[in-house]
Amino acid sequence: MEVLDIIKPENQVFCKSKLMTDNTLSYCPGCGHGTAHNLAMEVIDELGIVEDTIGVAPVGCSVFAYEFMNIDMTQAAHGRAPAVATAISRTWPEKYVFTYQGDGDLAAIGTAETIHACNRGENIVIIFVNNGIYGMTGGQMAPTTLPGMKTSTSPYGREIESMGSPLKITELVANLPGTYYVTRQSVHTHKHARKTKKAIKTAFENTRLKKGVSFIEIVSNCNSGWKMNPNESNKWMEEHMFPYYPLGDIKVKGELK
Amino acid sequence: MPELKLMKGNEALAEAIIRAGADAYFGYPITPQSEIIEYLMTERPEERTGMVVLQAESEVAAINMVYGAASTGKKVITSSSSPGISLKLEGVSYLAGAELPAVIVNVVRGGPGLGTIQPSQADYYQAVKGGGHGDYKLYVLAPSSAQEMSDFVQDAFEIAFKYRNPVMILSDGLIGQMMEKVELREQLPRLTNQELIKRYGDWATTGKKGRERNIVTSLDLLSERMEARVRRLMKKYERMENEDLRYETFNCDDAEYLLVAYGSSARIAQKAMQLGREKGLKIGLLRPITLFPFPKKQINALADQISGILSVELNTGQMIDDVRLAAEHKVPVEHFGRTGGVIHTPEEILEALEQKIIKNGSIRYNKTRESSIL
Repeated sequence: MEVLDIIKPENQVFCKSKLMTDNTLSYCPGCGHGTAHNLAMEVIDELGIVEDTIGVAPVGCSVFAYEFMNIDMTQAAHGRAPAVATAISRTWPEKYVFTYQGDGDLAAIGTAETIHACNRGENIVIIFVNNGIYGMTGGQMAPTTLPGMKTSTSPYGREIESMGSPLKITELVANLPGTYYVTRQSVHTHKHARKTKKAIKTAFENTRLKKGVSFIEIVSNCNSGWKMNPNESNKWMEEHMFPYYPLGDIKVKGELK
Repeated sequence: MPELKLMKGNEALAEAIIRAGADAYFGYPITPQSEIIEYLMTERPEERTGMVVLQAESEVAAINMVYGAASTGKKVITSSSSPGISLKLEGVSYLAGAELPAVIVNVVRGGPGLGTIQPSQADYYQAVKGGGHGDYKLYVLAPSSAQEMSDFVQDAFEIAFKYRNPVMILSDGLIGQMMEKVELREQLPRLTNQELIKRYGDWATTGKKGRERNIVTSLDLLSERMEARVRRLMKKYERMENEDLRYETFNCDDAEYLLVAYGSSARIAQKAMQLGREKGLKIGLLRPITLFPFPKKQINALADQISGILSVELNTGQMIDDVRLAAEHKVPVEHFGRTGGVIHTPEEILEALEQKIIKNGSIRYNKTRESSIL
């Protein structure tokens, strides 16, 4: 069988979501952001809620999320997406509002907005992509950078004594009464991507049921920032990131696992 | 019959927010303006009009909530006082950059730093000269009475939506805390979501329905496009100057000396003018009601007729820069003002006018004349 015989619509198992634009992704080849974007758009499309969905883009690598997600979007100041989403959700309670944020945005500069939006139980979805580094600005240390991990601002490795420990903000928000669903997933294999998609779907369904915050952490790679090729970075992620940031549900239907 | 009430300036403003048909207020308590959020919480506007009131975790969160609601076309307002406004300015710059309508109230207190909780006008530069980063301007309204605290809310919203630009109501602790008779405006209805989409559907992010998606952002990495965006903003500001300048004058027709003052200082300067007139001094008063746009031409025209100007401000001299630019050195322009929360008396203002302008003014005036002839 020739390759061209295989490439037929009936054999297609994966394609770009209709809600992704044709703009070329600004992400590095091998980065998890593209998959995470696509999964979110697939879910919004499949749930048929695009007309009632408003997304909030962060500052960081995904600052241009609105270039790729073909939905109504507002771009927020660094770290403030949960505050922006709070107001949209409060003034449009019938809408689906989500933020898409990185670790620097959500867990450093935006910690207060994250904690308080979660604590108030705003009826929003937070998609949090954690790659342990500041990708956009060129690979500086993030709040989630692992101990000993080298970045441009921790060139000799993150020293816990002087730089603090990586922040497990997902566990932190899971302990707040306002969060209803908190999970940690990844998108580096088909199996993991499918699980993440299911999680995102659950999250938007929770919004429909007005359940409060659904918080999905996606542990992802940053091959450029980590100075590895995509395969190496995924392997490194499994070996180093997952032990510190274990995958799985942390809080389901308001109950800690 | 108009509805009359004795109210604090802050309360008058809060009541006006509900009556202007606002959709949301987001704020964080700070003296001397906490009555605004307290009044709103007590009034249950969610029952009166369906308006949302939320106490944010910080001024930073509050202004970004304003940004969120404004990006969907909602009529949204926040209030704070000087240190809190400093925190909000990043968000204000984003509002201007993303061309969003919103109203920000600053009930100014003395600074810098934590400063004092007493009235001040030391945030003039911050309000009028940008404050936040980038090339932008706010339309700035300066109320000088509880009545104007009430009236300017609706006016501010109208300007904010006319230009899709943030508007600041620059008040101070004196106007905010003072109780006066206020004639309340009629309750305006809030827009329904359908009405809102019809009116602002070409830019607001309300959900992509029957149209291309809308994007609200202040980001443009292509410098030529960013420059074009800034030029577009400048066109708006030019239009504000041509169409929406506000000021008032008192006794300027025969005036030999001019006081320029806004807000609470204008109230005190009015009394100083009266005292001076009783002594036979021909004093006039120009009160800028908008600080941007600024009554440049009006001051310039008056400078042909008078022999000196005293800029009266509760600070060490900020608006005086704009007065001087407007007067183009035709006459001496001096500043008088107390600061740090101290409020000047009418007598002090009159004395300053006599000392700084009337006594010395004519000499410098003649000098200027000569040099302009040469």
